[in-house]
Amino acid sequence: MVQAAKTAATREALGPTLVRLAREGLDVVAVDADLGVSTTAAGFGKEFPDRFITVGVAEQNLVGVAAGLAAAGKIAFASSFAVFLPGHCFDQVRMAIAQPGLNVKLVASHGGVVTGEDGASAQAIEDLSLMLSLPTFRVIVPADVVETAQAIEAAARNYGPFYIRTGRPKVPVIYDDSYRFELGKAHLLRPGSDVTVTAIGVMVHVALAAAELLAGEGIDCRVLNMASLRPLDEEAVLAAAAETGAIVTVEDHYVHGGLGSLVSQTVAKAQPVPMAFVGTERFGTSGKWDELLRHFDLTPERIAREVRGVIARKSG
Amino acid sequence: MPSTEAPTTHDLQATARRVRRDIIRMTAAAQSGHPAGSLSCTDLLVAVYFGGILRHDPANPFWPERDRFVFSKGHATPAYYAVLAEAGYFPTDELLTFRTLGSRLQGHTVMGNPPGVEMSAGALGMGLSFSLGLALAARMDRAPHRVYCMLSDGDCNEGQTWEAAMASAHHRVDNLTAIVDYNHIQNDGFSDYTRYSGDGDRDRVGGWVLDSGYTVKGAHPGAGRGGPQGAGRLMVRAKGLDSSLRSE
Ligand SMILES: Cc1ncc(C[n+]2csc(CCOP(=O)(O)OP(=O)(O)O)c2C)c(N)n1
Repeated sequence: MVQAAKTAATREALGPTLVRLAREGLDVVAVDADLGVSTTAAGFGKEFPDRFITVGVAEQNLVGVAAGLAAAGKIAFASSFAVFLPGHCFDQVRMAIAQPGLNVKLVASHGGVVTGEDGASAQAIEDLSLMLSLPTFRVIVPADVVETAQAIEAAARNYGPFYIRTGRPKVPVIYDDSYRFELGKAHLLRPGSDVTVTAIGVMVHVALAAAELLAGEGIDCRVLNMASLRPLDEEAVLAAAAETGAIVTVEDHYVHGGLGSLVSQTVAKAQPVPMAFVGTERFGTSGKWDELLRHFDLTPERIAREVRGVIARKSG
Repeated sequence: MPSTEAPTTHDLQATARRVRRDIIRMTAAAQSGHPAGSLSCTDLLVAVYFGGILRHDPANPFWPERDRFVFSKGHATPAYYAVLAEAGYFPTDELLTFRTLGSRLQGHTVMGNPPGVEMSAGALGMGLSFSLGLALAARMDRAPHRVYCMLSDGDCNEGQTWEAAMASAHHRVDNLTAIVDYNHIQNDGFSDYTRYSGDGDRDRVGGWVLDSGYTVKGAHPGAGRGGPQGAGRLMVRAKGLDSSLRSE
């Protein structure tokens, strides 16, 4: 199930998946705000020009139009960069989609500091926090292109608002075609009993590398891909707490309001254990994406350090 | 104090050529950036900075009476940084650090970084409101300086730009000039979401007037023809000059 060598950007899944779903007969339509090439939604527009709507650089309008399409019965996809969607149109997302619970799927690319050279303005470190503040939204951060395609399909086939965060750089493809994404289920990538490392998006392969590193020290590390942030797999989180006794969360996002906050709230309710949180703590900067992972200390070595720390804090 | 010598057309064209070369060097070295949108606004920027329009002093970037230049199309940093370096705000050597880790020359503009950059941009549509704030503050302070704001087509797609345009007219702001780099090209190709040329209603939206008598000394739109993606854009850039709007 787990492979390595191949790389692909998670954003590459959008256009091809929409084309496939439309061919299968789903009433999907897509709206994009002058970033259709980057988000790959334009690929859907090539195949289905009458179901692809461009609105120019106008994210508030993008969201309003998508909401209207959904209210008229369409499965409406809207795409842009994660800094602009939801950042540039948050009230529109809240009022036009979230409160009425309309059937709109926001697919936002360029999440996190791995966006790279564009710098702080283009690097979304707050999008998950914003989206998780809207109770009706389901929020998914896939780890690779295979999982992204399946998450998009799940969003299309399940009524209601979805937010899917994708990324710009080509990252290792973790899954092969036998993988099945399940809404609300964590995916166990590596069994382990000493500690759990749970990660999302681009950080999943970094977490796997950390587990490899720790195995060399005799630390048996469970790795959970928590792509489905909402609904969250509380059962898997609580099992991780009970069975491994310590948890480290890893995300390319501000440490507040994302994966770390969700997991710690879940753990605190029923099964408190030592935790550590790996994420960004300040706005981004220009640089190559892999350089930036080092710059912001989002590395296997850092995760390993945090793992040793939480293990040391275990009471038993 | 700003220099008052009037440059010749020849000087301005030579400057624009150097800026264009810098744009290509910077984006080639970074292997990223926005060369097309940068080449597109080069003549406009050169005209503003070197053609006797902007009152500024690169040796004293925080001079309180300087005219404010707000660069709303914050993705076109190669042109903007090259012009600022050319004007003497920072050494041209630094240009090749563009978009690298640790550089002051970020992919999109960061306020004060380097000094001379008046606003953080990179999310389109925000520049004219900010400029209006600067212009209103100047009026409150009875300060003589003007505010210039350079906008792209993408900026003008955003509703906020038109909110700012209407508010400017409502407040009868007369120390603000918007310059639109009307090149008809956006990320996903040619576009015309915003119809503000010719006799479009938007020329007069909220009481703005099209200042077609606006002359950009010497920086004829045909100047400095060049750059890989520049060819088809020079002609439409002429419209950019015509589309300079001045609020009265
Ligand atoms: C709010 C917002 N949405 C999307 C983008 C992404 N983006 C960067 S440049 C660009 C379009 C470039 O075209 P234009 O604005 O006309 O500039 P020019 O052609 O003059 O470079 C877009 C959509 C952005 N910077 N800001």
